[in-house]
Amino acid sequence: MRKEEINFQKSDNFNRTMIPGTFARKMRTCVIWQFIRFVAINIKMIVVVGKSH
Amino acid sequence: MARLVVLGGGVAGHTAATFAAKWLGSAHEVVVVTPNAKWNWIPSNIWVGVGQMTKEEVTFDLAGVYAKAGITYKQAKAVSLNPEGDTSSDKPFVTIEYTGQDKVGESENVEYDYILNATGPKLNFDATPGLGDGKGQMGDHTVSVCTADHAVHAAHKLQEAIEKMKKGERQKFLIGTGHGMCTCQGAAFEYIFNIEHELRKAGVRDMADMKWISNESFLGDFGMGGLHLKVGGYVVSSKLFAESLFAERDVEWLIGAHTSKVEAGKVEYELLDGSKGEEEFDFAMLIPPFAGVGIKAYDKAGEDITDTVFAPNGFMKVDANYGAGAYENWKASDWPRTYQNPTYSNMFAAGIAFAPPHIISKPMSSPNGTPINPTPPRTGMPSGIIGKAVAHSICDLIKKGDSAHLHEASMAEMGAACVASAGKGIFTGTAAAMTVYPVVPDFEKYPGTGRDTDYTFGEIGLAGHWIKHILHHLFIYKAKLQPGWTLIPE
Ligand SMILES: Cc1cc2nc3c(=O)[nH]c(=O)nc-3n(C[C@H](O)[C@H](O)[C@H](O)COP(=O)(O)OP(=O)(O)OC[C@H]3O[C@@H](n4cnc5c(N)ncnc54)[C@H](O)[C@@H]3O)c2cc1C
Repeated sequence: MRKEEINFQKSDNFNRTMIPGTFARKMRTCVIWQFIRFVAINIKMIVVVGKSH
Repeated sequence: MARLVVLGGGVAGHTAATFAAKWLGSAHEVVVVTPNAKWNWIPSNIWVGVGQMTKEEVTFDLAGVYAKAGITYKQAKAVSLNPEGDTSSDKPFVTIEYTGQDKVGESENVEYDYILNATGPKLNFDATPGLGDGKGQMGDHTVSVCTADHAVHAAHKLQEAIEKMKKGERQKFLIGTGHGMCTCQGAAFEYIFNIEHELRKAGVRDMADMKWISNESFLGDFGMGGLHLKVGGYVVSSKLFAESLFAERDVEWLIGAHTSKVEAGKVEYELLDGSKGEEEFDFAMLIPPFAGVGIKAYDKAGEDITDTVFAPNGFMKVDANYGAGAYENWKASDWPRTYQNPTYSNMFAAGIAFAPPHIISKPMSSPNGTPINPTPPRTGMPSGIIGKAVAHSICDLIKKGDSAHLHEASMAEMGAACVASAGKGIFTGTAAAMTVYPVVPDFEKYPGTGRDTDYTFGEIGLAGHWIKHILHHLFIYKAKLQPGWTLIPE
């Protein structure tokens, strides 16, 4: 059974929101993808920090 | 020679004092009055609270750093202010009571030309019966991660719970806010997901029932009225993302809740619809409400003027619009810009110590009249930026005289970057990396979301955890005034 099926059945609250599927979950800890995100997030944060000082 | 006295050696006070000492040099004096001997990188207390860091890793001794910076350090707490001096002198002074340096309990009057109140929050555990011990400290029924010592205690209790689960005893975890008027939901959010992560690592997740209890009217409010993020071509409320994470990690939620009483293994609560209920627990971490630290103020004749200098919640009045009235009238421009006290122009407040004009989230109360809404967060980045701006203003006033232009740092015009940990681990950790711009929504500029969605974003993943870990080292490096510290932004 897909992992998200387990939690969707647990409560109405859970059932009415979104739960990431296998691919989205894997990407969260995929080192190569996360390295790319690391660079992207840092750039975005530097822009916001720059606008705030 | 002018003297600047900074009350509080936390995020805002330490930032202000160290920059002021650098900008003023030895021609003027900077004094820090703070009751703590150690500086604490508070965000990493979360990792101390799950046994993933030690107290030593998140703290360091202040004395050496202040000696290096040429700052006079008094390990003491401010008790009262005399902004007009007293009958014997016109010179303003602050009365302090030592907590260390072999003078515990001794009082001293410290004269000042300028004063910055950066005393942060009083952790007001006693606002909820049973959450405190009745003497101003945390009670026995719950744990806290607000100080490094609290976090060490929490980690021991968590370990005990894990041992019980390993022996086959189910445990119920209740994490969130301990009162209807709490702020700092982000810290509780980090703690519940760090616990969840540790329970999975320990192989006991299936033995744990986890529940979030909070005064937010919707998940993902965080005391900021929530935020809207651009994801996959949509602009989406943080409610959906927060609920998604809770559902994914099997954490139930109870929101719009004012925790009214705490007993051994049980809390009582009132909900926004007026209904009341109880929730049992084996392990609970409930953030206390925050108040000002209770500094008094007296005029020259010795009359109590605390109400003139401080708001009823104990935070210091600054250049905010405190008369905005009903929610419909609230504007971004109500928020302070210079943090100067309106009565005494040589007095400023920064970080959590300044009195906000009103809350940020929509005000809510139950039909019984109980207010149940988050109070505004003043997180690390705004606290640091405000501390630095105020230090700049005071240095200019000292060097250029009373006509110097004051520096501005309105929370309605600055953004904040925030990384909320959801579990620690170099390859298994995750954190929600977020930016909001501006921190206080401006509905005149952005009528729908209150914020610029080009600069307000968030995503969860390992990259966020790496950033959180790097920030831990970077901010401790900066606070220790290591080479190049001024280049690291707040
Ligand atoms: C568990 C936890 C996790 C957090 N995580 C994050 C995060 O990830 N990101 C983020 O941006 N923010 C986070 N925050 C919020 C952040 O810690 C605060 O925004 C920040 O510390 C506020 O700075 P401050 O200087 O106003 O107060 P503090 O840093 O609390 O400093 C106040 C100082 O004043 C001193 N003091 C108290 N009473 C007196 C007195 N009478 N006289 C003189 N000094 C006094 C105190 O000892 C302390 O040194 C977290 C908070 C908590 C509790």
